[in-house]
Amino acid sequence: MDSTAAHEPVVIIGGGQAGIQVADSLRAEGFAGSITIVNDEPGNPYQRPPLSKDYLAVDAPAEPLPLRGAEFFADKDIVLLQDTSAAAVDTVARRVTLSDGNTLAYGHLVFATGATNRALPCPGASLPGVHALRSLSDAEALQEALAEARNVVVIGAGFIGLEFAAGARARGLRVTVLEFAPRPMGRALSSTMSDWFTARHLADGIDLRLNEGVAAIHEDGAGLSVESTTGARYAADLVLYGVGVTPRTELAESAGLPLENGIVVDQSLRTSVEGVLAVGDCASFPNIHTGARTRLESVQNATDQGRHAARSILGASAPYTDTPWFWSTQGPIRLQIAGISAPGDHPVLLGDPSGGKFSIALLRAGVLAAVESVNAPADHISARKIVGLGLVVSPEALTAPGFNLKAFAKEALATPA
Amino acid sequence: MPTVTFVQSTGESIEVAVAEGTSLMRAAVTNGIDGIVGECGGQAMCATCHVFVRPEYAGALPPVSDDEDEMLDCTTSERTEASRLGCQVKVSAELPSIVVDVPADQV
Ligand SMILES: Cc1cc2nc3c(=O)[nH]c(=O)nc-3n(C[C@H](O)[C@H](O)[C@H](O)COP(=O)(O)OP(=O)(O)OC[C@H]3O[C@@H](n4cnc5c(N)ncnc54)[C@H](O)[C@@H]3O)c2cc1C
Ligand code: FES
Repeated sequence: MDSTAAHEPVVIIGGGQAGIQVADSLRAEGFAGSITIVNDEPGNPYQRPPLSKDYLAVDAPAEPLPLRGAEFFADKDIVLLQDTSAAAVDTVARRVTLSDGNTLAYGHLVFATGATNRALPCPGASLPGVHALRSLSDAEALQEALAEARNVVVIGAGFIGLEFAAGARARGLRVTVLEFAPRPMGRALSSTMSDWFTARHLADGIDLRLNEGVAAIHEDGAGLSVESTTGARYAADLVLYGVGVTPRTELAESAGLPLENGIVVDQSLRTSVEGVLAVGDCASFPNIHTGARTRLESVQNATDQGRHAARSILGASAPYTDTPWFWSTQGPIRLQIAGISAPGDHPVLLGDPSGGKFSIALLRAGVLAAVESVNAPADHISARKIVGLGLVVSPEALTAPGFNLKAFAKEALATPA
Repeated sequence: MPTVTFVQSTGESIEVAVAEGTSLMRAAVTNGIDGIVGECGGQAMCATCHVFVRPEYAGALPPVSDDEDEMLDCTTSERTEASRLGCQVKVSAELPSIVVDVPADQV
């Protein structure tokens, strides 16, 4: 650590998964200067993933799951400003102006502003009873609405839409999901895997309608009705939409930072402006796993980038190369993904989908690029260890009798390429 | 209220009281116990809530599920007979108090 970095104040904008991790890791790495986190949400920072899972169940825990215990901030001498937003950044004077008019000087500034839900682009999108899910207050509103609801319409078969649909179904509600695209979770999953999910959700009683988008939402006295692009109408007393997110970049933009589907950072997560970094959902970074500038929305990316940015602030310049991984739980289905698949990857089935426990290995030009697992955590953890090594492997080797990823990983790690 | 005692590898021990139905992971994260991360929020997906249950409490525990069993093979600190995922063990009337050791390394 160089001597200036050891003491200059660090300001972090955003108290989510990534921002809190930056602060935690800075202290863990021995940073002794002041750390201030500016968060526009009220209350103690919390984990988002349970909001679309456990938190919606009938026997949901009363409180959200905190990101850190309440005493953490005082214990680590980290100032957490709640219910306060960063309103302007002067990158020349190195100063942040807050919504309450106060200013904070910084030596290093970290954007950890996350993402915001894309608005639903149809008439009726702002009717009462139409919900989105991103924050604790959204989840609280949904929890209340679920207690009264019988007919639920979900717009968008992405992760959050399907997690919510599965949760509503588990409560015994009638659930219809409208998806404009031909398959669910299409951007993130191989077609083999998303087709398996389609069949499984249909079998579990979710009316999953593909190639069918929303045209309008109506209120007709009796309740809501959702009109789809095929002209069909679905009665609903609760509508949830999850149609993607956009990075929160307004503040970065007005501060003059380059944007490209997110705040542009280099391999060390630094922006082109001296002393300014970006991490998590809002950051667009050169990703060695995709070979392209990428923005990821996951806990793994937020925490690993948070740790990495802390080291960059302290003077390290190693590139960020951590292997991406992601999970989603949809009712009893537990999906885990290691690596990032791309259209055109060659899928190889490992195990037996009819038993509900299997994985799909995705090969790109002979290299193991990603592994998608359903109810097969050992496959996933093994894959997490080996995707990223750039292993060349043939489909025949993967499907040979007796093959399993765990043994394969063990061997691969013992004999580095 | 049920109590959970977390013993760190340094020997430091912290007892917390939590509502029935609370998982060991949630008890730890809510009370800021170092060394229990809970990155996946309790879905048995991350193995960052690994604990060692003291033998005298083992009898009152729910059995290890297949998924938990597979994840336990992948913990950062080596698995032992006493290993559990903290998010899969909840305190209750049957398990009103429990003492667990926190592994030295979690991630
Ligand atoms: C319902 C839900 C379920 C999810 N499930 C999963 C899952 O199962 N697995 C998984 O890997 N990922 C999941 N995710 C994604 C994961 O939660 C995010 O990728 C992660 O939280 C990103 O962390 P972040 O810190 O970048 O952003 P966030 O956690 O969104 O935090 C950003 C914070 O910054 C604040 N902020 C923004 N601008 C300002 C400003 N100007 N001033 C002050 N504060 C500001 C925001 O209000 C927010 O609190 C889920 C997300 C949601 C919403
Ligand atoms: S919290 Fe992730 S496995 Fe327990």
